[in-house]
Amino acid sequence: MQRQVALIKQSLFDQGYLDEQFMELEELQDDANPNFVEEVSALYFKDSARLINNIDQALERGSFDFNRLDSYMHQFKGSSTSIGASKVKAECTTFREYCRAGNAEGCLRTFQQLKKEHSTLRKKLEHYFQLARQAGPKETARRPK
Amino acid sequence: MINPGHGRGPDSGTTAGGSNFDPFPANLRVLVVDDDPTCLMILERMLRTCLYRVTRCNRAEIALSLLRKNKNGFDIVISDVHMPDMDGFKLLEHVGLEMDLPVIMMSADDSKSVVLKGVTHGAVDYLIKPVRIEALKNIWQHVVRKKRNDWNVSEHSGGSIEDTGGDRDRQQQQREDADNNSSSINEGNWRSSRKRKEEEVDEQGDDKEDTSSLKKPRVVWSVELHQQFVAAVNQLGVDKAVPKKILEMMNVPGLTRENVASHLQKYRIYLRRLGGVSQHQGNMNHSFMTGQDQSFGHLSSLNGFDLAVAGQLPAQSLAQFQAAGLGRPTLTKPGLSVSPLVDQRTIFNFENPKIRFGDGQGPMMNNGNKQMNLLHGVPTGMEPKQFAGSHMRVQQQMTGVRPGQNVQSSGMMLPVADQLPRGGPSMLPSLGQQPILSSSASRRSDLTGAVAVRNSIPETNSRVLPTTHSVFNNFPSDLPRNSFPLKSAPGISVPVSASYQEEVNSSDAKGGSSAATAATAGFGNPSYDIFNDFPQHQQHNNNISNKLNDWDLRNMGLAFSSNQDAAAATAAFSSSSSTQRKRWETDATVVAEHGQNIQPPSRNLNHLNHVYMDGGSVRVKSERVAETMTCPPANTLFEEQYNQEDLMSAFLKQEGIPPVDNEFDFDGYSIDNIPV
Repeated sequence: MQRQVALIKQSLFDQGYLDEQFMELEELQDDANPNFVEEVSALYFKDSARLINNIDQALERGSFDFNRLDSYMHQFKGSSTSIGASKVKAECTTFREYCRAGNAEGCLRTFQQLKKEHSTLRKKLEHYFQLARQAGPKETARRPK
Repeated sequence: MINPGHGRGPDSGTTAGGSNFDPFPANLRVLVVDDDPTCLMILERMLRTCLYRVTRCNRAEIALSLLRKNKNGFDIVISDVHMPDMDGFKLLEHVGLEMDLPVIMMSADDSKSVVLKGVTHGAVDYLIKPVRIEALKNIWQHVVRKKRNDWNVSEHSGGSIEDTGGDRDRQQQQREDADNNSSSINEGNWRSSRKRKEEEVDEQGDDKEDTSSLKKPRVVWSVELHQQFVAAVNQLGVDKAVPKKILEMMNVPGLTRENVASHLQKYRIYLRRLGGVSQHQGNMNHSFMTGQDQSFGHLSSLNGFDLAVAGQLPAQSLAQFQAAGLGRPTLTKPGLSVSPLVDQRTIFNFENPKIRFGDGQGPMMNNGNKQMNLLHGVPTGMEPKQFAGSHMRVQQQMTGVRPGQNVQSSGMMLPVADQLPRGGPSMLPSLGQQPILSSSASRRSDLTGAVAVRNSIPETNSRVLPTTHSVFNNFPSDLPRNSFPLKSAPGISVPVSASYQEEVNSSDAKGGSSAATAATAGFGNPSYDIFNDFPQHQQHNNNISNKLNDWDLRNMGLAFSSNQDAAAATAAFSSSSSTQRKRWETDATVVAEHGQNIQPPSRNLNHLNHVYMDGGSVRVKSERVAETMTCPPANTLFEEQYNQEDLMSAFLKQEGIPPVDNEFDFDGYSIDNIPV
């Protein structure tokens, strides 16, 4: 079971969904904070859902206030980076570039892509955490100090 | 390097290493501010892993109020750059000015311009997200470094030539001259100023304990204190202000030269920054506080503009902060959160806790009325006493300056006043009255700001804080308008007035006083509105105040010669208008003669001017001015704050002056108008 969990995690890294930052977070986890990473993830998804909503609304309005969109995206990027969601982060960067270029079409397209990545990651992580919980705390590998 | 003993693993870490375990830097008290909850959670976790004691907050305003409430409750602050409620740099400035704590900025944005901004605003470090724990492990070095620097500064602080008798004269003169010898600040050479400090080593002795000790007594720059400081600086002339003189002018027991020096340094940076960003209203960067050392040179651009910028801080926020910080109820009028000032926890508690100015800033600054503006900017933290002290100085300066000085010089006190066209933070913190002088509120704010700055630099300990504290930022947004008298503040040397005046006279005359306020505001606590309190003379103020402001500032400068305090006041006032200044000078002198009766703040500005003339009365003036400037409610507050009899008397005197005051049109202030 634990191996399975480890494999899943590894694949997430391999596929580029997660990056090194995620490992950093895992290292912060310990006996006193056994579910730290999961908690952070949950918080991230909750907060980013809110951001996505805001952006959706802003885009729907059609006014394309690029500054505001850029500002939202900056926030989004910040949290995605902190958790190690690399694909999501990449989409954020692309989105911001379109914003700066004033390319509304590009923004919309990218945003759809971003939402997709975001939701994919969420599912994968949820699955991962679920398994990890079942497998027991040991499966969380700690980077050797 | 001290390692908390465990990078990853059990939190306790205490067991690690047994005898080898060095508890330091464990228990470093960190305040982390970030609007992103994910980041905040991660950072907190990381910091706890480093054995630090973490407090987190997702709003900058909350962070500021937390800091203000617990002045010595934190060792270091980590803040995000992009936050919805307040720009991270603004927070940075505030912290630097008010609390003199090292601040680390962080952001996902790694563009050079932003990083540079962090540097110029005085951040001790800049971290790029995602932040790794390794980066956080070493933040303690900033705390140690700062303390060491503060200590060093205090050791060498004897240098400033503040006691040069020529300060006052200097004030009158152009800033550029005379400053060199007396105020090391002019040179802008921080190092040289340090040397000068050596002379005053004795002062510092008590301040610096062993360098290794992290617990250096920290001076809390309350709004009142800051206002006093700003007033003093304004009086002396921003460029010319040297810590020693400022200290003398402020006359706050327990405040050392180092404290003033470090605060001055920050103030100067702040002013400089203001000068560079005219549109930064209410930018509360404390950076300018760093001017403590004589390196006033940096603050060349302090002129009122800086204060004005500082004043940008919306009065409201300032008021809020002040209130929060001081634990006082926020004044209804945003600009007038004077009361918070009073509450200062700061060391220098004034008897009059209220910082009238606190609130006045916002609204005041901009209009002509805003005499008080100066004070608005003044951090509420400044204890009235402190403030009063500064006022005194201002007043003195004013008087001193007056005699024979051209009006221009009188503006010294609030050189800012001039500059702060908008009645930005009146440099005359003490003046409160400032607005009176220069009708333009803007001036006043300058004064206040300036004064405020002065007052609020109780902690000289840090050597010229590198962090640019935009002291002025604290100021209510009025700052921009004021001719931020802070100009002189940068150098916040005692001879503030001199330089100020010049500035005050020139352009902003109106905002003169506000500049002072602004200055003060920046530093101390939210009660920057010291000047704001002045509104007492509102009625007059409207016309008079504008004039007064300028005038006051000028006078302040004039007063300098005679009396530091008075000068300060005058300076604040004189800022109002150059022309007025001249007249005012005469007035001021006249007033001076009068005797300092402390009249009710509501004296018209004219009186204020006169008041400045006197040493003690000068203060009163500033108060009045400030009040007249725009903050009606502030008047009383202000008055009380200053409580200083001197101030009052100064003001009173003014009133005693024949009608000239009222109709004294500062703009066209001609000496002959002054009823003697």
